[in-house]
Amino acid sequence: MPNPGVTLAQVEIAPSLFTWPAEQPQLIGSRCDSCAALTFPVQSHCPSCGGTTSEHHLPRTGTLHTWTTQEFPPVAPPYLTPVGKEFQPYGIGWVDLQGEIMVEARLTEADPAKLRFDMPVELVVIPFATDADGNEVMTYAFAPVTEQ
Amino acid sequence: MEDVAIIGVGLHPFGRFPGKSAVQMGADATRLALGDAGVEWKDVQFAVGGSYEVDNPDSVVTYLGPRGIPFTNVYNGCATAATSLDLVVQMVGLGAYDMGVAIGMDKHPAGAFSADSVEYALPAWYGETGHFMTTKFFGMKINRYMHDHGISESTLAKVAAKAFRHGEKNPNAFRRKPLTEEQILESPMLNHPLRQFMFCAPDEGAAAVVVCRASEAHRYTSKPIFVKATAVRTRNLGALEVHGTWASSTPVDGPTVEASRAAYEIAGLGPSDVDVIQIQDTDAGAEIIHMAENGFCADGEQEELVQAGETEITGRLPINTDGGLIANGEPVGASGLRQVHELVHQLRGTAGDRQVPGEPKVGYGQLYGAPGTAGVTILST
Repeated sequence: MPNPGVTLAQVEIAPSLFTWPAEQPQLIGSRCDSCAALTFPVQSHCPSCGGTTSEHHLPRTGTLHTWTTQEFPPVAPPYLTPVGKEFQPYGIGWVDLQGEIMVEARLTEADPAKLRFDMPVELVVIPFATDADGNEVMTYAFAPVTEQ
Repeated sequence: MEDVAIIGVGLHPFGRFPGKSAVQMGADATRLALGDAGVEWKDVQFAVGGSYEVDNPDSVVTYLGPRGIPFTNVYNGCATAATSLDLVVQMVGLGAYDMGVAIGMDKHPAGAFSADSVEYALPAWYGETGHFMTTKFFGMKINRYMHDHGISESTLAKVAAKAFRHGEKNPNAFRRKPLTEEQILESPMLNHPLRQFMFCAPDEGAAAVVVCRASEAHRYTSKPIFVKATAVRTRNLGALEVHGTWASSTPVDGPTVEASRAAYEIAGLGPSDVDVIQIQDTDAGAEIIHMAENGFCADGEQEELVQAGETEITGRLPINTDGGLIANGEPVGASGLRQVHELVHQLRGTAGDRQVPGEPKVGYGQLYGAPGTAGVTILST
């Protein structure tokens, strides 16, 4: 247990998955140098034409193409968060990023009543687990865009 | 390519059998199939065995009698059994052998399937952050489909209720107790909108199919069932499939659509020629979607068809007459051969309480599963 008053260090779930720390984080994918096909995450060779690729930051906003809720805990390991009584159901869906590519992502909203097809969503980086060293593990998710 | 006929089918009941191994079940199913064909194990020239849990399905020869025959083991996700049959049919059809057996066997622990995401060409974080679950895909897929095509929750419940009713008529099924639509709609939500009693469960079982050249079939049976087509397909680039981190913004046809088209073309048949259907019902939503992906109706027509009872045994489109995966459970290596076992009995007219009336002549089977693989089989009298 971390001592009260001690700030937890934060670590990314994986390197080069999203820009972080960043005011406006973006997912990091790759774009083919020959045919411009996109992948997420980065792939060293283009799965469309076999060409070389370069890192490409994906649009950070999109629409919710489809979604579901995960009401029962995934098997742990590999799932990192508690899976006993403390398990928190979560939303998960496919997000269409401006027609360029769709990505699968956790959602910050787990209540089906609050999720709508094609609703605008934006990328956020959220803490979602604590690792063995007591660090907060950060992953990406999409959050409904709140009207101001 | 020579025509191929099925002359024997055998099935070990599906369910839970503490103390009995999958390989033993495979041996039992094989003996039943050989008996059904009126041949002996020593007549079989080659075999293909499929399983997810069993490393070596070929070890079944210990029980049947090792004779040095070629025995290939396959695993192809939830399309494993269709793949086993496809390979056996191809090898006999190409003239490499006269007679072969496809065997499927599995014994899964209770609970959802799990594995290491890295072995699916997916990053470790995919499993660590809770993406690596098969059921979530089916929730997401049917959720959008219901929205786009006007399918109601009542229709989901009706499909599941049909499965359990057919299970009651199937002595080999796992779940044989009918459930009401109310009970189904009150069961715990697993992945919105799919509830517990709308899903199949991994379980245990085995099945086997004996195949020979069509020109020889009359030596063994007065009612051979001919394999008009087998087709296995994997996913196209950008398709939205069971496990994936990205997909194309423009829809890409899935492997079921591709395998179905290919099978109809090989068979020289169309959906309207089919009399009895076994399609992948991982969950009630999958059965609904697969009705359209296999060409049996347009998107959205399922609502009216299911509500009108047209997918019942007595309907225009009898689907999953033995209870499908929902009532039989899912032993991955065996499921497609269970579908074939039921189709063969339907086409022979020996399906008893589950017999589709009107002497069905063409049967259609389809499997689909992770990571985006499908297999289709078309049979006819």
